[in-house]
Amino acid sequence: MNRVAILAACVVVLALAAYPLVPRGQGATSVETAIKSSWASAAPEWQARLVQDETQKLCSQYRNAPPREIADAIVAREKATIQYPADGKLMGDWQKGERLAQSGYGGRFTDYPARAENGGNCYACHQMDGKELSFGTLGPSLREYGKIRKFAEAEVKLAYERIYNPQAAIPCGNMPRLGAAKFLTIEQIKDLVAFVMSPDSPVNK
Amino acid sequence: MRSCTSLAVLAGMLALLVPVVDIRAQDATEKELERYRQMLKDDPWSNPGLLDADRGEALWKEKRGPKAASLEACDLGKGAGKVEGAFAELPRHFGDADRVMDLEARLVWCMERLQGFDAKDILKRPYSKANQSGTELEALTTYVASKSRGLKFSPSLGHAKEKDMLALGETLFFRRQGPMDFSCSTCHADAGRRIRLQSLPFLGKPEEARQVIGEWPAYRVSQGTVMTMQHRIADCYWQMRLPLIDYGSDVTVALTMFLVNQAKGGEITAPTIKR
Repeated sequence: MNRVAILAACVVVLALAAYPLVPRGQGATSVETAIKSSWASAAPEWQARLVQDETQKLCSQYRNAPPREIADAIVAREKATIQYPADGKLMGDWQKGERLAQSGYGGRFTDYPARAENGGNCYACHQMDGKELSFGTLGPSLREYGKIRKFAEAEVKLAYERIYNPQAAIPCGNMPRLGAAKFLTIEQIKDLVAFVMSPDSPVNK
Repeated sequence: MRSCTSLAVLAGMLALLVPVVDIRAQDATEKELERYRQMLKDDPWSNPGLLDADRGEALWKEKRGPKAASLEACDLGKGAGKVEGAFAELPRHFGDADRVMDLEARLVWCMERLQGFDAKDILKRPYSKANQSGTELEALTTYVASKSRGLKFSPSLGHAKEKDMLALGETLFFRRQGPMDFSCSTCHADAGRRIRLQSLPFLGKPEEARQVIGEWPAYRVSQGTVMTMQHRIADCYWQMRLPLIDYGSDVTVALTMFLVNQAKGGEITAPTIKR
């Protein structure tokens, strides 16, 4: 009995030491004050980008490791943002998708007025076509993504959802919510789905 | 004499590195840079960043501005005019301003108060563009930082506002925002990661922070100009699809405070030379 109590106490102490239950750092008020004053010269529509939505707030607060209930709430909220193509076709043109995967254009204050469509910038973080050697490693390799998944219909839908809003599957994951943020259009996302899921795509060669 | 050697090396480097545009050539670039770094060890005066430090020293001592004063009365934290070792202990709280400032915010403050410059004019163009010579602020920053070469970061945390600034910096490092949901930690909270072929320092880990934070200000070969920590942070926020951050603002000072505390005990090697 005693031993159990001691063991339980040890577990609690270890858990407290390993995981800060109370998020460390500065209170929300002073953070917001600092942000307002530090971008005072920016135009109002640009300052709006610094305002966090609920998911960003929670992921920041828990440093991308939210407790179960909060993670579940994020997944539910983000799932609800996903819009599907009206005609139900989730795969577009893989060649267009390849160009989007290469392009890091868009969204920076030097990118306005727009000179091109926004890119997906997938290669910044992922390996894709084996011939492209300039790939980042912030995300997992997507080599043979579709092939590994046997080009299954259900996987096409999952890939679409993963690109549209990855936090619907991985709460507080690093990848941008490209569809939900309206950074990419539904058509562009379909092209990216084709790039990873089409048997003809170099990703699967 | 020193400047002549530097210029000759600079010209040679530009000739060699101008064709480096393809991102695939970065590995080769990195190898070439390693060769330059070795050359710099053999001849420490050949770093083009030292031209900026020299110019900064001249600017520091010259009587300038509406008040025709030099910066020699500027207190960087160790007493008026004391430059040696000051950078190693910044950011810090300054009683006269009742604010925690990094070197760059402090320089603007001194240029306003002592020389009578208008901050608006100084900050019209705080950063040089590619292949321009460094701005006055960049030159001054490089000069002061170079006077802490060989010292270790030992930021002060004695004042309550310094502790607050550190806590703010840590919170900001993890704050996700903007259309891409990025925070500093998206790219800098894990070891051995890259964007394309560009390696990313793991700034959450003191061992790695100690190696890289003391390298700034740095001469960037791809830009042909010196880049300070303010510029480095502004560039990260630009890449995060956020608006241009104000020079010397609390967010930049807080992040610098967080970074030098992560790098505490790390040696200052600025100005170094980077891709």
